[in-house]
Amino acid sequence: MATETKYRVIGTRPVRPDGVDKVTGRALYGADIVLPRMAHARVLRSPHAHARIRSIDTRQAEALTGVLAVVTAKDLPDVDAILMVGEGGDVNMRHASHNILAHDKALYEGHAVAAVAATSPHIALEALKRIVVDYEALPPVIDVRKAMEPEATLLHEDQFTDTAGEKSEKPSNIASHTIAEEGDIEKGFAEAKVVVEREFVTQTVHQGYIEPHAAVAEWRSDGFLTLWCPTQGAFAVRQQCAQILQHPASHIKVVPTEIGGGFGGKISVYLEPVAAILSRKTGRPIKILMDRAEVLMGTGPTPGTYIKVKMGVDAEGNITAAQALLAYDAGAYPGSPVGAGCMTVFAPYRLKNVRIDGYDVLVNKPKSAAYRAPGATVAEFATETVVDEICEQMGLDPLEFRLKNGAKEGDWRPFGPPYTRIGAIECVEAAQGSDHWKAPLEHEAPNGKRRGRGVASGYWMNWGGTSSCTGRLNGDGSVFLLEGSTDIGGTRASIAMQFAEAFGVDYAQVIPQVVDTDTVGYNDVTGGSRTTFGTGYAAHALAQKMQRDIVEKLAPIWEVEPDTITVEGACYASNGKSATIMEVAKLLDEKGIQVVSSVTTSPHNSSGAFATHIADVEVDSETGKVDVVRYTAVQDAGKAIHPAYVEGQMQGGVAQGIGWALNEEYFYDSAGKLRNATLLDYRMPTTLDVPPIETIIVEVPSPDHPYGVRGAGEVPIVPPPAAIANAIYDAVGVRLQTLPMSPAKVCAAILAKEGAA
Amino acid sequence: MAVVHIPAPLRSLTGGETDVVVPGATLAEVVEALEERFPGLKSRLTEGDRIRPGMAVFVGGVQTPFHLSTRVPADAEIYFAPAISGG
Amino acid sequence: MPTELKTGKVAIHATINTEPTDWLSEPRETLLEALRDRLGLTGSKEGCGNGNCGACAVLMEGRLVNSCCVLAVEAEGASITTVEGCGTPEGLSPIQRCFLEEAALQCGFCTPGFIVATKALLEKTPNPTEDEIRWWLAGNLCRCTGYDKIVRAVQNAAAAMGGN
Repeated sequence: MATETKYRVIGTRPVRPDGVDKVTGRALYGADIVLPRMAHARVLRSPHAHARIRSIDTRQAEALTGVLAVVTAKDLPDVDAILMVGEGGDVNMRHASHNILAHDKALYEGHAVAAVAATSPHIALEALKRIVVDYEALPPVIDVRKAMEPEATLLHEDQFTDTAGEKSEKPSNIASHTIAEEGDIEKGFAEAKVVVEREFVTQTVHQGYIEPHAAVAEWRSDGFLTLWCPTQGAFAVRQQCAQILQHPASHIKVVPTEIGGGFGGKISVYLEPVAAILSRKTGRPIKILMDRAEVLMGTGPTPGTYIKVKMGVDAEGNITAAQALLAYDAGAYPGSPVGAGCMTVFAPYRLKNVRIDGYDVLVNKPKSAAYRAPGATVAEFATETVVDEICEQMGLDPLEFRLKNGAKEGDWRPFGPPYTRIGAIECVEAAQGSDHWKAPLEHEAPNGKRRGRGVASGYWMNWGGTSSCTGRLNGDGSVFLLEGSTDIGGTRASIAMQFAEAFGVDYAQVIPQVVDTDTVGYNDVTGGSRTTFGTGYAAHALAQKMQRDIVEKLAPIWEVEPDTITVEGACYASNGKSATIMEVAKLLDEKGIQVVSSVTTSPHNSSGAFATHIADVEVDSETGKVDVVRYTAVQDAGKAIHPAYVEGQMQGGVAQGIGWALNEEYFYDSAGKLRNATLLDYRMPTTLDVPPIETIIVEVPSPDHPYGVRGAGEVPIVPPPAAIANAIYDAVGVRLQTLPMSPAKVCAAILAKEGAA
Repeated sequence: MAVVHIPAPLRSLTGGETDVVVPGATLAEVVEALEERFPGLKSRLTEGDRIRPGMAVFVGGVQTPFHLSTRVPADAEIYFAPAISGG
Repeated sequence: MPTELKTGKVAIHATINTEPTDWLSEPRETLLEALRDRLGLTGSKEGCGNGNCGACAVLMEGRLVNSCCVLAVEAEGASITTVEGCGTPEGLSPIQRCFLEEAALQCGFCTPGFIVATKALLEKTPNPTEDEIRWWLAGNLCRCTGYDKIVRAVQNAAAAMGGN
């Protein structure tokens, strides 16, 4: 659809409309909401990784002056539904409800067990200490492989392994087994000249959004509930709360506040239903917060994994067969992104003979949640390091290998239809042409450290989903654009830009607002790299509808038939009469004629985004510390609506990938307790840990969007760990097969290599 | 007639066949036709009047809603896949 | 077990964003809690509660501090600058303008802390090198931007404020 079109607005870099409030501290996030007579709540959490809850005695807590109410799972109704929340993923609401307040078992350290509302947050915290919980501690299961063993302690006695609808005979911690297969891998491996098979282990990491979860709940006397919360999806919150509370969704309004980061971790609800039941019990608005330790222990990190990848390549450098085993720890309830891991593990490559097995495994860790391209980063870490090893053994240039074997339109995918138009090859070519790739690399740095360079590719699907927009034309030619996609990264701007382009007005004339679930039609979550694509698609459709609606209202004023009026950008014309949209808006306003239009669209998004990254590292052989000294991210964005925000997504994803590669991990002891539940010890990258991040935006237009937009938000987190691992090998000759590649591990690997020499 | 691509774990029910041609104007009819040829397939693909939870279905390259009443154009290609989410 | 907690509040007087301000806080409250919950200045944010993220950064007697690690009672007699005192919508500071123009914020939650920290940096070092900028801002975590555009914004602000 989009060719080399010259756009007026698209491709420019205007200031975002919510920016002033954010740099002056005026923007309101979840914890900033204050209501009259508001009371405060906090949550009591299990200190045990695995325990039966025999009883909960709340009497001492209730007796404390200032305590208004105490709730446990008994205050939530029984739920048994499967809800279609988010991008096609079905959520078991019974599990979700038990995760919010534990039922008969605490399944991880940090599992919520009770909650208290009080007149001050301090009294609420004191009251938590007075709740007496009788636990029967059980053996915890923390390691994914141990959890898969037949004699492992079970988390759920009623969980069986589901293999494409067939249930296992005996219960198991393996909740599901996913299989994808094509061709004949035995034959393929037999044809290979070089076969490399490696095992990988990665640790649990957290999305690390700086804003902890928060929620405010208030009931009106007629049974209507209002919730304020930072969320990636106000409608998703509404659906989940309706199920968990067994209250009609039509009687729940969710007001999304500004949100301080999500990355997939603010889609599932944790606090909202608790705030709601406390508010109902106390008759007052309730604000409930989490502190950082609760965020790390009580929300949804991304799985730790065990992965095995095997690949065979013939003498000409063609991949003949590939096989992967992916075991992801889902945490306390089923639902890891192992399916997506299966989908992405070999995505950059054209394959004839493949077998992929994915296992969703229960362990005594928090229930996992999505984290930016969920499941893909660890899968690509495995594959891209195996590819690097094969290239080295065969003397092949790693980027040339990716060109030769690169996936193209029409190639097989593990699930669903083949690829449509994709930019995998174009990204590799852009990487080859980059200054970074062409710059010579000195392996000996002046400071005595060793330098190395590595590359890796990555892929992530894009979701279309459903978005709604409403537009109101003002007399001065400005347009209120009401939309329901919460703005985590600047999408108010990119959506307004698409509307402005289509409607023929300047960006400054569009006033976008993110509104609540009563005020705009249904919107799927801001996630899955769908917002600039899907809500932009709706904004484009809205512009066209508004133009048609304006024509209908203008026709009688001009005394012509509507079908004689043509619209070209901002110009309305008929039989010699013409007017700009500004003039038309003024005219309609003078006559008291309103133009209010709405659309709901669900475009299909058939394709996805590829990326190829180049990393230069410096390794201190004595300490094992790895510094990333130069980084270039190449990514296919289809069409960059607001290039600065596409660059921002790329740079942010890279920084998270660097943290995942080099330092971030959940450190569990043998009792299943998290030993690093602070931001000091769960250490995320600071300004000193990332270099300037060069970005190269490739534009292979998506066939599914009027401007060619591809989702940009998730794929940039996928290549960094592999690119860095390959760079470390280039620097010091050791290949790491675990994440994170922290100094102790790098040092040990270097010493082992020297010892073996 | 629709071409149904059989997911790997279900090929044991189709005697190893990976692509099966069956009649049907809706997903419900397609599934019934599959069940007639390969007994046991229906319960692996559907639950009640919808696609089995955790699964997605693509008709003609487009991911469709879960209801079995979804229309299937002539010569459409149908894929059943695990439902996959983003973040 | 006692059923009532002793929480005698203390009267505190300080100068907040150049305004003389009086309020009551419990001895255990942090300056961050006082600013947010007693004084309605919600621009400073809690990200971690123990001084590791910088989202609560304020200036106290001109010194950059994490207000979650300062007790409210310690603010007695002090002059405090929060993000609300760094500029207004009608009168944005060069630092705020540069953050906007460089797209140096995505979710915006860490931004108040960065604005305050940058103000402190440029008052002390009007023409910092990139290394100096990164070193100074290492106490402010951002999870969205990868810091690249933040560093550029600070460089531009230094130039705009006549740092050369």
